[in-house]
Formats: sequence, structure tokens, C-alpha cells
Amino acid sequence: MKKHALASAVVFLLLGAAAYGALFVAPTEKTMGTIQRIFYLHVSSAWTGLTAFFICFIANLIYVWRREPRWDWLAVSAAEVGLVFTTVVLVTGPIWAHPVWGIWWTWDARLTSTFVLWLLYISYLLLRTLVEEPDRRALFSALFGVFAFLDVPLVFGSIRWWRTQHPQPVVMGGSGSGLEPTMWYVLLFSWGAMLSLMALLLRARYEFEAVRGETDLLQREAEGM
Amino acid sequence: MKNLNSVFAAYLAGWGIFFVYYISIARRTAALRDEIERLKNALNRGK
Repeated sequence: MKKHALASAVVFLLLGAAAYGALFVAPTEKTMGTIQRIFYLHVSSAWTGLTAFFICFIANLIYVWRREPRWDWLAVSAAEVGLVFTTVVLVTGPIWAHPVWGIWWTWDARLTSTFVLWLLYISYLLLRTLVEEPDRRALFSALFGVFAFLDVPLVFGSIRWWRTQHPQPVVMGGSGSGLEPTMWYVLLFSWGAMLSLMALLLRARYEFEAVRGETDLLQREAEGM
Repeated sequence: MKNLNSVFAAYLAGWGIFFVYYISIARRTAALRDEIERLKNALNRGK
């Protein structure tokens, strides 16, 4: 418990430092001005969400191969945590877009593929509530989770392959892409803070799933009495 | 500092979502732990 509180405090400090860096250390972007500071929260949340979905994908593959419940627990935990980060992306994006584009939302390839990703992982979590038998539930959701991950390369490639309202990539975007060095440091620090938050949330969510597994076992034992 | 309100709104919304989610996990886990205690007591009484 003490270790958990300490980890939470460290993550809280890292997030505070990341916000300080975004608001006071990073230089003001020339075209968009102050509103561009949302970038550090928006992009780091997006990268962290995709990282969580990648963890979910790997855990799903390992579950299909080994059929051990702990991989199912990790997969569902990572899916839910990834969904929370993607929700932050879908909320902060329009707040940034409105003053810059004059609209809250547009159905371009990046925004649409991200929204579809969000819907796919909502479906993944809903699917789990429809199957009662734990082994079948784990297998069905693992297979669906592998399918859902197919949208991740689309999200990544959407601003590279198609012309979009969403800005072009700052990483692996070819010539003309990139960031001013201080912006880079602040972005990487923000991503590190978000990854530490992801680890904290993932650990807490995994613990919940393990406790739920124990509760299911005890319930079946009680029903069989 | 044009649009500073939007920047603060984005950070508050983002942090708010993370905070509410973290609290929801803690509450759900605590409720399950109570359920485990209740089930263990019921099983012990049944033996």
C-alpha cells in the first residue's frame, strides 16, 4: 500500500513537471500561438494509448497460444487503459481544433480512424460482458482484440498516406517534418510522464482483474455448496 | 495570451478523465475485496 502511494506520488509529480514544461518551458509556436501547447498532452496521450493497445495485442496473441488467464487479465487491462488515453485524445483534439480550424471535428482519415479505434475497443470491452464462461470469454475477446489492433497501423499511417485536415506528422514524416529541440525535449518528457501514468493505471487495473478472477472462483465454489 | 482558457480546459479535462478512472478502479477493487470477504465467510459457515 505504501509502495502504491509512493508510485502515485511520483507519477503525479512527473505529470505536474510535464504540464509545467508544456505551459512555461516550451517556446510558443509561431503560427498557432498558445493553443499549440495542448500538443504536449494530446500527442503524448495518443502515443501512450497506442502503446497500451500494442500491449493488449501482444497479450491477446500470447493468450491464444498459451491459454493462461493472466494474459487475458493483462489484455483487458491494457485495452481499458488504452481506451482512457484515447478518450483524452478525442476530448483534447476538438478543444485544440476549434480555435485553429474553426470547427470542432471533421471526418478526415486521422480523426475517423482514431474514432473507429475508440469504438473497436469499446466493443472489445462490451463483448466481454456478453460471454459468461471465463475461458470462452477470454478466447473470443483475444481474437477480437487481435482484429481491433489492425486499426492501429491505419491511425499511424493516416496522416502519411492521405491528405488530412489534421497536421502532418512530426515523427517519421519525411523532409520538412520535425520539431524545435526544446519542443522535442518537452514532448519526450511528457510522453515519459504519460507512460509512467499508464504503468500505474495498468498495474491497478490488472490487480482488479486478478481480484475479480478470485471472486469468480469463490462464487462458483459457493454455488456448488 | 490568446486561447489560454482552451489550453487550461484541455489540461483540466485530460487530468480529470485520468483521475476519475483511477478512482473508479480503486473503488471497484475495494468493492470486490469486500465481496471476497463475504464469500469466504459464507463458505466457512457452510463447512
